Amino acid sequence: MNAEVTATRFRFAVNVLPKDGILDPQGRAVEQSLPHLRLSGIGGIRVGRRVELQVDAPDAAAARGIVDELARELLCNPLIEQYAIESLSAISAARSEAGG
Amino acid sequence: MSVRVGVVVFPGSNCDTDTAWALTRAGAEPVELWHEDADLQGVAAVVLPGGFAYGDYLRAGAIARFSPVMRAVAGYAADGGLVLGICNGFQVLAEAGLLPGALLRNRSLRFVCRDVAIRAERTDTAFTHRVPAGGPLRMPVAHGEGCYYADAATLDALERDGQVLFRYVDEAASPAAAAGRANPNGSLRAIAGVINAAGNVAGLMPHPERAADALLGSADGMLVLQSLVESAGTSGGAVAG
Amino acid sequence: MTADLAQAVVPAPLHRALGLTDEELRAIEAKLGRVPNDLELAMFSVMWSEHCSYKSSRPLLRTLPTGGPDVVAGPGENAGVMRIGDGWAVAFKIESHNHPSAVEPYQGAATGVGGILRDIFAMGARPIAVLDALRFGDPADARTRHLVNGVVRGVGGYGNCVGVPTVGGELVFDASYQGNPLVNVMAIGLVREDAIMRAAAPGPGNLVILYGSATGRDGIGGASVLASATFGAQDPSKRPAVQVGDPFAEKLLIEATLEIVAAGLAEGLQDLGAAGITCGVSETADRAGTGIRVDLDAIPRREPGMAPFEVLISESQERMVVIARAEQLPAIAAICARWGIPCAVIGRVTDDGDIAVIEGGLAADGAPNPGAHELARIPARALASDAIVFEQLAAPPARRRGAPAPGVPETAADTLPEGGTDPGAVLLGLLGSPNLASRAWISEQYDRHVGTNTVGTAGGGAAVLRVKGTRRALVATTDGNEAVSALDPYLGAALSVAEAARNVSVTGARPLGVTNCLNFGDPTRPESFWQLREAVRGLGDACRALGLPVTGGNVSLYNEAPGSAIAPTPVIGIVGLLDDVSLLVGPAFVADGDIALLAGAAGPGLGGSAYASVAGLATEDDLPGLDLAAEAAVQAFVRDAIAARLVTAAQDVSGGGLAVALAEMAIWGGRGGHFRVSVPSAPAVALFGESPSRIALTVRPPDLPAVREMAGRHGVSFAELGVVGGPRLVVEMFGEGATGAAEGRGSSIADALEVTLADLRHAWDHGLPRALGEEG
Repeated sequence: MNAEVTATRFRFAVNVLPKDGILDPQGRAVEQSLPHLRLSGIGGIRVGRRVELQVDAPDAAAARGIVDELARELLCNPLIEQYAIESLSAISAARSEAGG
Repeated sequence: MSVRVGVVVFPGSNCDTDTAWALTRAGAEPVELWHEDADLQGVAAVVLPGGFAYGDYLRAGAIARFSPVMRAVAGYAADGGLVLGICNGFQVLAEAGLLPGALLRNRSLRFVCRDVAIRAERTDTAFTHRVPAGGPLRMPVAHGEGCYYADAATLDALERDGQVLFRYVDEAASPAAAAGRANPNGSLRAIAGVINAAGNVAGLMPHPERAADALLGSADGMLVLQSLVESAGTSGGAVAG
Repeated sequence: MTADLAQAVVPAPLHRALGLTDEELRAIEAKLGRVPNDLELAMFSVMWSEHCSYKSSRPLLRTLPTGGPDVVAGPGENAGVMRIGDGWAVAFKIESHNHPSAVEPYQGAATGVGGILRDIFAMGARPIAVLDALRFGDPADARTRHLVNGVVRGVGGYGNCVGVPTVGGELVFDASYQGNPLVNVMAIGLVREDAIMRAAAPGPGNLVILYGSATGRDGIGGASVLASATFGAQDPSKRPAVQVGDPFAEKLLIEATLEIVAAGLAEGLQDLGAAGITCGVSETADRAGTGIRVDLDAIPRREPGMAPFEVLISESQERMVVIARAEQLPAIAAICARWGIPCAVIGRVTDDGDIAVIEGGLAADGAPNPGAHELARIPARALASDAIVFEQLAAPPARRRGAPAPGVPETAADTLPEGGTDPGAVLLGLLGSPNLASRAWISEQYDRHVGTNTVGTAGGGAAVLRVKGTRRALVATTDGNEAVSALDPYLGAALSVAEAARNVSVTGARPLGVTNCLNFGDPTRPESFWQLREAVRGLGDACRALGLPVTGGNVSLYNEAPGSAIAPTPVIGIVGLLDDVSLLVGPAFVADGDIALLAGAAGPGLGGSAYASVAGLATEDDLPGLDLAAEAAVQAFVRDAIAARLVTAAQDVSGGGLAVALAEMAIWGGRGGHFRVSVPSAPAVALFGESPSRIALTVRPPDLPAVREMAGRHGVSFAELGVVGGPRLVVEMFGEGATGAAEGRGSSIADALEVTLADLRHAWDHGLPRALGEEG
């Protein structure tokens, strides 16, 4: 019996930042250096990291679920960090054939 | 009358005292240059010491380059003044564009503190004229972001123009392969230090001030510091305006 | 989160929710003469936690010897201080950060370093070195590897950035630490003897000035509460309490603090650690017999909307309190501004002995503003020196035979083969075992040189720091014998002191004093309290016998999870003094032809040894003896011999016994040797036994008679081992217990131990990375 499996490639970014209330030494250091750049009106700086990735999955919800698990398990330290998932444009639909 | 050599102190510099002590042993009078101060106090050379300026937050050296003292140092260097960056100081000079290339995270992704052997690729510079040709110098490195990087075209130009100042070497006295133990951080072309095209600004990742006394394990670093001090003395140094 | 809600069905009385027992509540009411309000209860709960008050251990600690002619500051101060001559004094202390490191290893270790550094510069001393004593469970286990990586990165990340070299420590793996890693950090500083600061708040009317980082919600219910309760398997309510450290901020704090002290602006100085501002004000007031009126509104906050109790017990890092006369405020503020550190007047010293918390501000004269409220008033003594003390019950454990280690060792070339048939293979197995192998994998992640005081000796053991401007050097080490302590806590503690002192003496330095970190289980469990009591007894006896005052330290209790407690672990930090750094001797063989000697008599007993653990022997009844007089004698002998320039290398005999000591000397020196060892009973004991009070040393041949004579004068037993040189380590055995007779008893250790230097080095270099899965 022939079966066609449709998988779509999705792109996401995971933005990781320090949790609210947690000390952010990097953010503070950057803020304190602003006077030297003679830029004003800037505050609330928090420094984190951004991870971009692509996921193959049947649909967007499934893909996001995978990314969420990766974020929780590896990309973010839930003790001191929080994350937000950002959906980037889907790439293309790919079709793979299984069976004879 | 001792040669006056400035030692820049950023918040978070932690090798400034060591550098001042070593410069004294090299016959100079160290002068503290506080980061908020744009007055270089007429020194004959400037040293940017090791440490963690501004915690190395954001990127090592990224915040330091905007301090008032660095604007003065940039002008000083443009006028031909002698500037040496050690470890964090090298990172600051690279971020400030006073030296080519960048220092990335060590290939091992870990901080590494150990003795290395480096070779002076040129002994005709203000920073190396006291170093005997060929012989390796033993000095400690201690850094998490010391992997020298520049794109291929830049690297070729550096080699061609004699701007590679120091290289890590292995036991066979050859340039240390990026993955080998003699290259502590994976630097491309085993580059441990570079000099600018005009020959007045140099940086290296190993710490000559920590190899300034046999009791510490090596006095090879004195050769670099003495070169600097002598050059500063004879040239009279560019005086800060 | 829903799992927790299921637990909290019945609301507990507030005091119990805060970790106070009914008995403690009654004691609080008695001290106040009334019922405490919620804020006061919160302040008592952190100050009377085990971590802050030492309520279970204080009666025991009082039995320790703390005095001495060179002790300038002892227990009760932020750090112990001893004079070293030339007007200098050394400040030193060890502290634990065990529970936070189990929860968040990087930050737990980092803030542990930060905290102990603050204790040092709170004395007005510039920190010059850190040592970390780390203990974990099975190195093959994924969680252990996660903890090891996190802790090592945390220690390095903080120490390297703050600019204090990490020069030594320990790394020990033992199954008993699987659920409860130990992170003990020792710090050392230098201070002029006439410039030592005290943590007291003298002078009613003086200002209480807080400087450093702003106060956030870090560690609410932090170290204090964590250390007063054992871990539940899933206990998320404890998890958000870990503090984040900022080493850059600490570096600024060090410089600002030392400038404030150097300018003579401080009447008293205190760092903020466990229990935050509450602890800072109550301890300083209590020590001076004064009180402090706290201006709650003046405390700079990092977060909006913080409740009073949060502000008062927050354990935000990198904060200090300085007590100063009002006219010194502008100068202090100027120093803080130069270093970019916030600074605020948060209170006044009073003469009523109370900690009074005021909301609504203080006027210029220090009195509360009209309309201001007093939120709390507690006598400082009640929070600090007069905190409750418990007399816990002690009962020795029922005797149990130790079970042999399970399983057959792997057959890779440098692991221990079955039956110990080839002593060389046994040696390689020990050298490659994670507790004895090279620590380079860790030490290369630490900046060991910043400060340019670290004197290079090729070799491990004690760290050596020269004192610039003098001929002197400080020598420091940490040691803790958990293997013997598990079987006999009294003996284990005494052995730990002996070994630490011996590690100092073999460099030529004279041990000065002791700081101790006592890591034990739940003190309300009689077996566990018995272990603590016995260990303190052993610690005291050993210190008295060796003439070493205990200048301070730390007690970490409740290191257990349901069903598993750590081995009782007394970690001993010792600082020693070498009057002339040119006399320094290291452990490396230095010259072919040197004669190797063993000073001190070997005793029987494999109990608690690395060999017993790796070979799977049950050795509960086979512990080595300790003769403290003999220990003192062998150490005095080696120091005198070194002072007379008669010694070219010296190494203490400890982990892995004599064979490992000789192997290490060979590896460090890049040369082997040909030795003969007397075997009175069994080859394993002679080669790998860890009986104490022995030192392996080398001398130049012409000096042998003088050294022999000196040993005789000290009453130290003395054996020639052989000659240094060659590419192999060869140890032949002779005597009643050597091969022939031993075979008759069933042992099968062959005649001689013979291993190439290359093989020794390979096993030793690769042991730790391989055990941690870091190879390749």
